Amino acid sequence: MNAPLAILAELTHRCPLRCPYCSNPLELTRASGELTSAEWADVFAQAAELGCLQAHLSGGEPTARRDIVDIVAAARAAGLYTNLITAGVLLDAPLLARLQAAGLDHVQLSIQDAEAEGAERIGGMKGAHARKQAAARLVREAGLPLTLNAVVHRQNLHNLSAMIELALVFGAARLEVAHVQYYGWALENRAALLPTRAQLDEATRIVEAARAQHKGRLVIDYVVPDYYAARPKPCMGGWGNRFLAISPAGNVLPCHAAESIIGMVFPNIRSTSLRAAWEESDAFNRFRGTAWMPSPCQGCEHAERDFGGCRCQAFALIGDAAATDPACALSPHHAVLASAIAEAGDAAFVYREFSAAQS
Amino acid sequence: MIPRFAPGVRLHHDKARARWVVMAPERMFIPDETALEVLQLVDGARDLDAIIDALVEKFAAPRDVIAADVRAMVADLTNRGALQA
Repeated sequence: MNAPLAILAELTHRCPLRCPYCSNPLELTRASGELTSAEWADVFAQAAELGCLQAHLSGGEPTARRDIVDIVAAARAAGLYTNLITAGVLLDAPLLARLQAAGLDHVQLSIQDAEAEGAERIGGMKGAHARKQAAARLVREAGLPLTLNAVVHRQNLHNLSAMIELALVFGAARLEVAHVQYYGWALENRAALLPTRAQLDEATRIVEAARAQHKGRLVIDYVVPDYYAARPKPCMGGWGNRFLAISPAGNVLPCHAAESIIGMVFPNIRSTSLRAAWEESDAFNRFRGTAWMPSPCQGCEHAERDFGGCRCQAFALIGDAAATDPACALSPHHAVLASAIAEAGDAAFVYREFSAAQS
Repeated sequence: MIPRFAPGVRLHHDKARARWVVMAPERMFIPDETALEVLQLVDGARDLDAIIDALVEKFAAPRDVIAADVRAMVADLTNRGALQA
């Protein structure tokens, strides 16, 4: 068994934005259910002891927590490389200065589109785009490295070149062009978000040209949508292999979407150690290695390359988390992806929000 | 010239795996032995000559040999984004 390399800390589900492709679960956790900063400090110490090197501080919007500076300081004190994954709309100069003093290593800032009108329609927050521009400037003026994260889909791919330009204007050294992955709210909105094959091919062409054009100045990471793939993505580098996530309420997860698999029970950090969760829990051991794999994964030459794909996607699309990811052309259910593509079109967004039932 | 780590880059001792790693934005890499000897002397105060002097002393090797190795290594680490140009 390998030790984990990175921990994704989902500090809160609160967020001023309402992106319809949010990877958070449909049932969001309220502030009263969140781990405290002292509990997070303990999580980070345990994570570092277990072998984690990086902490990705995410959410929701991590800076929606008033104790975010204490949380960053605790992650850094544990020896973790601290990456703040933020929408940027709550960042101002005093907060950024305090985060930097606490040891923040890197900022990843999201954008929803290249210009305000589209960005604010997609993100569901007025004034957000200008605040993101201001946040990017503050991060660069502070001398912190900046990665821009552009989530792309059917409704903003026509602006991809402009988003790449924006990364250069913002002074980002890295840009993630991430096609939406269909979990949580994104799955709910799939018909409005799935790109056409022509859009995908054009996006890939633009990214490859931009990589060559801006070599040495901007690194572009490209996450493709597997609905058009013949092989599934090697999700999380394997279940329980190098990555773990902690939900706002303290559930220890092999990936941030794992709670979407109905019927699986995950350990909670309030009642177990991180090491026990990683090494001994049923949830982490369920899909570790290759022994659990069904046909056609069993014995397949790709088995240890893509690990049978994504468990959450297998559950979401065919109701069986232990099945081969239908993104694989060898899956007997591969046709469900083509059906989803055929249904995509001009559907309206369902914006992310806390459900009335929970309030 | 004083070699410095690029913004967001630092050398970290990975206790769980008993090795050193270079931590950088959205990536990490494991330095080879020569790179590690150089990176452990990058402190924002030592200039290139001081780093070479320290390694000449440590390895009791001819200065021109060490100097050539260190200059090549610093250039390589700069190209890889670990050190600042």
